[in-house]
Amino acid sequence: MATVLELRGITKRFPGVLANDAIDLTLEQGEIHALLGENGAGKTTLMNILYGLYQQDSGEIFVKGQPVTVHSSRDAIAAGVGMVHQHFMLVTVFTVTENVMLGDEDVHPGGVLNRKEAAAKIRHISEQFNLDVDPDAYVKDLPVGVQQRVEIIKLLYREADILILDEPSAVLTPQEIEGLFKIMRSLVERGKSIIFITHKLKEVLEIADRITVIRRGKVIGSTTPAEADQSQLAEMMVGRAVQLEVEKDACRPGKCVLQVENLVVLDDRQHVMVDDVSFEVVEGEVLGIAGVQGNGQTELVEALTGLRPPFEGKIRIDDQDVTRSSPRQITEQGVAHVPEDRQMDGLVLPFPVADNLMLNTYYLAPFTKGVVLQNNKILENANRLIQEFDIRTPGPMTNAGSLSGGNQQKVIVAREFSRPIKLLIASQPTRGLDVGSIEYIHGRIIEKRDQGTAILLVSTELDEIMALSDRIAVMFRGKIIDILPAEAATKEKVGLLMAGVIDVAA
Amino acid sequence: MSVENDTPEIPSAQGSPPDKPVNGSKKDAGQILIEEFTPDRSAQPRRKRIFQTILVPFLAILTGLIIGGVFIVLTSEEFYTALQVSLWEGIKTAFSIVATTYGAWFNGAFGDWANLAAFFETGDKAYLVKFFYPFTEGLVTSIPYIFGGLSVALAFRAGMFNIGAEGQIFLGAIFAAYIGYAITGIPAILHIPLAFLAGALGGFLWGFIPGFLKARTGAHEVITTIMLNYIAFRLSDWLLNGPMQRPGSANPVSPSIMASAELPRFFDDPIRFHGGFILALAAAYLVYWFLWKTKWGFDFRAVGSNPHAARYAGMKVATVMTLSMALAGALAGMGGANEVMGINHNLASAFSSGYGFDSIAIALLGSNHPLGVVLAALLFGFMRSGATTMMVTTGIPIDIVSILQALILAFVAAPGIIRAIYRLKQPVSAEGITLAGSWGGK
Repeated sequence: MATVLELRGITKRFPGVLANDAIDLTLEQGEIHALLGENGAGKTTLMNILYGLYQQDSGEIFVKGQPVTVHSSRDAIAAGVGMVHQHFMLVTVFTVTENVMLGDEDVHPGGVLNRKEAAAKIRHISEQFNLDVDPDAYVKDLPVGVQQRVEIIKLLYREADILILDEPSAVLTPQEIEGLFKIMRSLVERGKSIIFITHKLKEVLEIADRITVIRRGKVIGSTTPAEADQSQLAEMMVGRAVQLEVEKDACRPGKCVLQVENLVVLDDRQHVMVDDVSFEVVEGEVLGIAGVQGNGQTELVEALTGLRPPFEGKIRIDDQDVTRSSPRQITEQGVAHVPEDRQMDGLVLPFPVADNLMLNTYYLAPFTKGVVLQNNKILENANRLIQEFDIRTPGPMTNAGSLSGGNQQKVIVAREFSRPIKLLIASQPTRGLDVGSIEYIHGRIIEKRDQGTAILLVSTELDEIMALSDRIAVMFRGKIIDILPAEAATKEKVGLLMAGVIDVAA
Repeated sequence: MSVENDTPEIPSAQGSPPDKPVNGSKKDAGQILIEEFTPDRSAQPRRKRIFQTILVPFLAILTGLIIGGVFIVLTSEEFYTALQVSLWEGIKTAFSIVATTYGAWFNGAFGDWANLAAFFETGDKAYLVKFFYPFTEGLVTSIPYIFGGLSVALAFRAGMFNIGAEGQIFLGAIFAAYIGYAITGIPAILHIPLAFLAGALGGFLWGFIPGFLKARTGAHEVITTIMLNYIAFRLSDWLLNGPMQRPGSANPVSPSIMASAELPRFFDDPIRFHGGFILALAAAYLVYWFLWKTKWGFDFRAVGSNPHAARYAGMKVATVMTLSMALAGALAGMGGANEVMGINHNLASAFSSGYGFDSIAIALLGSNHPLGVVLAALLFGFMRSGATTMMVTTGIPIDIVSILQALILAFVAAPGIIRAIYRLKQPVSAEGITLAGSWGGK
């Protein structure tokens, strides 16, 4: 095996922080090298340097033994380095071919695009690497997993040998992740080399040939899946021992808090998304709602929190009918809501952290006196919660938008958990977060449960559901097809239920 | 948007040391004002933040002046005549033309020092008046700009794009004029507030309509406000040729308002500086207080920044939309009332020379912040008021001012150009709101 890429002593400084501190990294031909680290550890910065989006302050880059200077992504591509970003760079109303040609157009004399030839080349690449992409399809019609493959084709089309995949699994379903891994394997079999950026331990152990862990801008160490296990990797990432399993005592159920009867909810296009659903959540228990994304969980939560009026059915909280209550009335009933999309619903990103920490109670004492906001109290509250919930922010007046994802989520958790609540509705509470943050948020949820709060947990991560729930409800096509006690729920059984298979021999 | 999403976090919460005042209680008002004026409030030292905030507008004005100078030179006969002599002669003339023009403009806006010198020499008070007159005219011209700019800025903070300030100014003027001349025999202390608030009410109603339509039906406020502008213009035409026409006059003009409804002037003629300026500053402070110090303002800003999160947090998004437009209308309406009660003392057709439209520009130039709006309005006011003198003394057409305004705005609206010209770095944090945001029709 030959070394195709070598980074030597890469250092990058941003105002106030050392993002990369003398990082060394080598990539051999035909290997999948995982770059593992928490959010904000400096992985993406490093790759952006390699890809020409930033310039390193010091250090050198060698591609196939030759020193290269990368000033733009064009230079990177020319050197054979290609990157698939976490957020795709595709024009959705263009076809696959047009997207792939974009920026590297092959034209007939006179400037007419030579689509045919490009499409043929794409088809060839697609077959060669088992990508299964139709060059004539419109990107907007493709599922996310296939869109990702279009991004990969873009790189292969430009003859990149070194592929950087930045958190490729973050946007994919479990099945799509499997598909992605197959493609990654077929890519390396055919001589490509891959840098795989992630913070998910399981994936690393499954797919990587070599693992390099980065923490706070420094390389902590390198290992291989054979030599390391999850807890070792987690410890390297976070810098301390991490509790991967959630420790919890037996459930002590109390009286019923949330009661849902024959609930029917429609989406914006008037399709039935929640179909005749009934369940209860009692004090001191976690009811987990498992299911593949898009089976009505979003609409269910919106109905429960007052964001979407139900079509039929009843919702009762503490024996009070809240079926058509407004979000504010429901909040005032003692319901906390950790929304599915933290940036869209949970936070006002251009607002300071302090304001976000009182976003739904700002109009109450002590934050408002008369009509005037009490800045002292708002800041006091913020400083206290920042400490208590360990929110990493330069200060309470920093905009929420400039925090990392994990800390943004902590802002929401701090806000929702810090007021007296009877019911917590948490939707995808750890999506996209790193190990340390997940551990923290899980701990807090269980703490709330032990204090007697009723908890409704909605997650598409089966592991998360299994780890936290006392009872597990499985949602499929808008219906709750079964509710199992945690003891009776095996991963296989719940997995089958999630796929809609009801008749399982236990 | 910045590409960076993986910057290391600053380790551990520094919070604020308890001995340091964490907030407003110990800071003076000016400091807090500036805190909120600047986008991200903690990433950089304060001085640097203020610098960054004013840098682009400042450079935009400078660049506008430079390019405007080129226009002045190119449209001047003198330059071409000199160019025929020699290139050097041409360049010299070019500079002297620009210097004379801007000099005359500046004197027109801020007063000619020669007059002040003449006053000291002769002791004739007429010279002193002559010296101060341009400056006070600048202030007077900026009043409707302040009201209009506040109107657009307030709506924009709530995520609404108020193109209807001009129509709202007309409605305000109509209401104020009517109350001004129709009610007689009450003292000024009652009549002035009554007429002024009537103006605010007129604008309020005219702003309420598009706000309500947006909240109820989703009709985009840009379209409806533009249409309402036309209705307002024609309405005033009709009124001035009918019910509100001055008895015995053939011109489209209303009766003069009662002296008791006139905003007080502080000096003798010809200086027209009047109480409206103080009202405008008070309005600016009130808007600032409302947006940043009250729970309602919190509603407004949250809805404007992220309506989804606002709804999640229990705010009534539709109500805020309606109310923000209505209040924006009220501010513009006050601008209209001000023109009637402070300057014209009657309502004539086309009394507003596009103040409402320039207000959009002023709000933009002032970063949609009351302080910025006041500064931008003063700039526009002085630019406008100085232009007349410039035309008279140098023969440069007054339209050059419009070109300059347009250039400055283009540069402010597209800060990328300014950053490219002066090789400035993109600011680290993403800016609070972008103008395009409102166009998504959220």
